[in-house]
Amino acid sequence: MFGYDINWSYVLILPLTGGTLVGVMFLVWWERRVLGWWQDRLGPNRVGWFGVLQGIADGIKLFTKDDWVPPFGDRTLFVLAPGIIAASMLMILAVIPFAPGLYVVDVNIALLWFLAMSSLAVYGVLLGGFASNNKYALLGSLRAAAQMVTYEVFMGLSIMGVVIHAGTFSLVQIVDAQKDLWFIVPQFLGFVIFFIAGLAESHRLPFDLPEAEHELTAGFHTEYSGMKFAFVMCGEYVAMIATSCLITLLFFGGWHAPVFLDFDFVPPIAWFGIKVVFFIHVFILLRAAIPRPRYDQLMSLGWKILLPLTLVNILATGLIVGLTRGF
Amino acid sequence: MTLDLVLFWIPGAVAIGATVAVITRKNASRALIYLVVSLLAVAVIFFMLGAPFAAALEVVVYAGAIVVLFLFVVMMLNLGRSSVMRESRWLQPGMWIGPFILVAILAVVFAYAFASVDGVDTKGEMVGPRAVGEALFGEGPYLLAVELAGFLLLAALVGAYHLGRRYLEERRELS
Repeated sequence: MFGYDINWSYVLILPLTGGTLVGVMFLVWWERRVLGWWQDRLGPNRVGWFGVLQGIADGIKLFTKDDWVPPFGDRTLFVLAPGIIAASMLMILAVIPFAPGLYVVDVNIALLWFLAMSSLAVYGVLLGGFASNNKYALLGSLRAAAQMVTYEVFMGLSIMGVVIHAGTFSLVQIVDAQKDLWFIVPQFLGFVIFFIAGLAESHRLPFDLPEAEHELTAGFHTEYSGMKFAFVMCGEYVAMIATSCLITLLFFGGWHAPVFLDFDFVPPIAWFGIKVVFFIHVFILLRAAIPRPRYDQLMSLGWKILLPLTLVNILATGLIVGLTRGF
Repeated sequence: MTLDLVLFWIPGAVAIGATVAVITRKNASRALIYLVVSLLAVAVIFFMLGAPFAAALEVVVYAGAIVVLFLFVVMMLNLGRSSVMRESRWLQPGMWIGPFILVAILAVVFAYAFASVDGVDTKGEMVGPRAVGEALFGEGPYLLAVELAGFLLLAALVGAYHLGRRYLEERRELS
């Protein structure tokens, strides 16, 4: 309908969702293992070869755990919230093109779809903390709501430079526009702001203030256990994967090889995979490297530094593109 | 009935049901969640009508930011059982008379308008992001309205900043 590409690519939905969930399971293990190496300790290395099966062991444990719902909270919302988090994050993957022709759907609002879905994830966090009826959970979800709504603003504005260069919201066309020059070169500022905003949106460390364990126990998911907890965590890891994919697509040329490494025998999806894995590792390394800021520092960084910078970036990009290509 | 029509009726019914629930729910947070559902259903309808950009903005701006702030305030106030009681006192049957008269007037106007567009094809063409941008910022009729709205928002921003700064100064003097 309306010229959208509806064809066999819908077959991709099931392997994509399943693959991501299994990937998340291994990513949790891999993160702990890599953090262990970087911090000069072992990490989980008992289950399977080098601990590869740790994710499965964790999964079995979470499945068989007592699934406790706080009797003092709001039952319906409590059960609903992890589903909202995981579902809205998984929906982002629908618009991500992995290679030429390999995507579920190529819409002309793909980038806005990403923003819309990541903004719906706020409800999961907000309602989860609210339904727990626990002061730490409530504080955590209030922080999460303010943080995510704030950083959504810069996230949306920081990619406008890319949109100005490419002239479209479609991710496939944005990647095609980077055939000769990756947008990291003209849009370095946009990339830095998008990366910071992506960290805050997925509330990964160092911006995990909604779940800062030394002040708020576990923040908004204090009362969650068993598979509901697994879904909350899954949402966070899928957000990390999706943000890495978006960084690759928007600023690092998606499936295009670097100009000096343009070999024919490397398939485009391999380049995409390499870049995404690289950015996932940057996310993990940041967790090991940077301490958590104070909450008011996070907010003033956003409104006082990042907002003016993004606006200047949009103005400058518009001016340069307008001068070079004509208004 | 064609598939298009079915795909229109489903979100339409969801939107109406959710909106009725927004009004009749006594718990403020539940009412807001129904409001989100209603906005999402309307976004789906926009998408079906060929306005994907409006649909996306409906989710990003209304569902993703404005209602989040409503919910944020409701959570901050932590409205408990007393507010539910007060709400049920307000939602007496007699309260519906005024809204009913207004809706009846609207229904008459709507019926008249609906009869006059009979036979007109309401299925518009696809309006993508580029078309919206050109209508708003190009040589369309909306440029002045966009600028005025921007002016109003800037004034609101400056006002909010002023109020916030005065509050902070007062607090500084107290401490």
